Amino acid sequence: MIARLRMIGRSGLNVLQVFGRSGAFVAQSLIGVPNLKRALPLFIRQLYAVGVLSLPIIVVSGLFIGMVLSLQGYTILVDYGSEQAVGQMLALSLVRELGPVVTALLFAGRAGSSLTAEIGLMKATEQITSLEMLGIDPLRYVIAPRLLAGFFAMPLLVMIFNVVGVWGGYLVAVDWLGVYDGSFWSNMQNSTDFYSDVMNGVIKSIVFAFAVSWIAVFQGFDSVPTSEGIGRATTKTVVYSSLAVLGLDFILTAVMFGDF
Amino acid sequence: MRMRTLELSVGLFMLIGFASLAVLALQVSGLSWAPEKGSYTLYASFENIGGLTERSKVTVAGVTVGRVTKITLNKETFSGVVEMAINAEYDNFTADTTAAILTAGLLGEKYIGLISGADEELLKNGAMIEDTQSALVLEDLIGQFLFNKVNE
Repeated sequence: MIARLRMIGRSGLNVLQVFGRSGAFVAQSLIGVPNLKRALPLFIRQLYAVGVLSLPIIVVSGLFIGMVLSLQGYTILVDYGSEQAVGQMLALSLVRELGPVVTALLFAGRAGSSLTAEIGLMKATEQITSLEMLGIDPLRYVIAPRLLAGFFAMPLLVMIFNVVGVWGGYLVAVDWLGVYDGSFWSNMQNSTDFYSDVMNGVIKSIVFAFAVSWIAVFQGFDSVPTSEGIGRATTKTVVYSSLAVLGLDFILTAVMFGDF
Repeated sequence: MRMRTLELSVGLFMLIGFASLAVLALQVSGLSWAPEKGSYTLYASFENIGGLTERSKVTVAGVTVGRVTKITLNKETFSGVVEMAINAEYDNFTADTTAAILTAGLLGEKYIGLISGADEELLKNGAMIEDTQSALVLEDLIGQFLFNKVNE
């Protein structure tokens, strides 16, 4: 009995310790004035890795999600003779929910896992230790550019996802199913507000970007430096960041759109 | 050379991202880039505003001339007071203009229709439109219909 209680206590302390360590880790890597001349190329290289290379998957999935939303919305709305409302449904569901959430999930799978594996391998091959021996702070040199690139790239990816999704929905609704062009756009514009819908989506995406990049980079840095440990850390990244994104999404939606 | 293509693609990525935000703002949410054109305020009080909401359209002959900006309740008469921002371009509504709450389609959105009268005087900024026609409330209509049936 007492042993059980001790076990629960120990696991609780472990969880707290991980949180504390990861918080200190992010604070240490981000606080301080960066040497712009040296840091900018590193940042750009990481922005390329997590942003530009994620573009294909984001664009393709955005297109298909927009198309499917339009198709499903149309088949339901046509029963009520209000198929023009498909524009409204498409824009609101993309901008408020699906854009940030799906992009964050894809980002965790595509960029987050590769960040974890990369940093984990750096640790396993003792590149990080050798940086330390050379007197270069690995937190500033390796971690900070990756974190910042993640924060920066994901909101942009969300915007691109949203636009491509709306375009895909437009293709299906207007060009294929024959919804009238003018009412498609006017319904959308009447119902979507720039500040309360688009900007709240942007805020969501920034929060998700923070969560996903933080988890990915920390899992890599905290991984057991063996091939098995790297594998496990990569899995953890994807699982934890997906859960974090979905949980945070509920909280953010309740705060932003819930009337209470 | 390698660094140059890398920087180029990152720059392009950022450009596309911000352009997407602009598209979302302009095309999807209908945010108008042009500075807000001058508008003036008119009020109208209705017995029942039905499902009218803020940002609903205000139209004349089907043409949108403004938006509903605020809806409040007059505490003395218990009527709904609707504040409308009318585009300054359309400043020649006569004093006997009537306002009605209309519905787009059978179940569509509610909007305000203004019909100008023949008076010499014009409505000024902040004027109240007195002659109004409330929203059609379906339940009231059905109730009236049933009442008439019973009376027959």
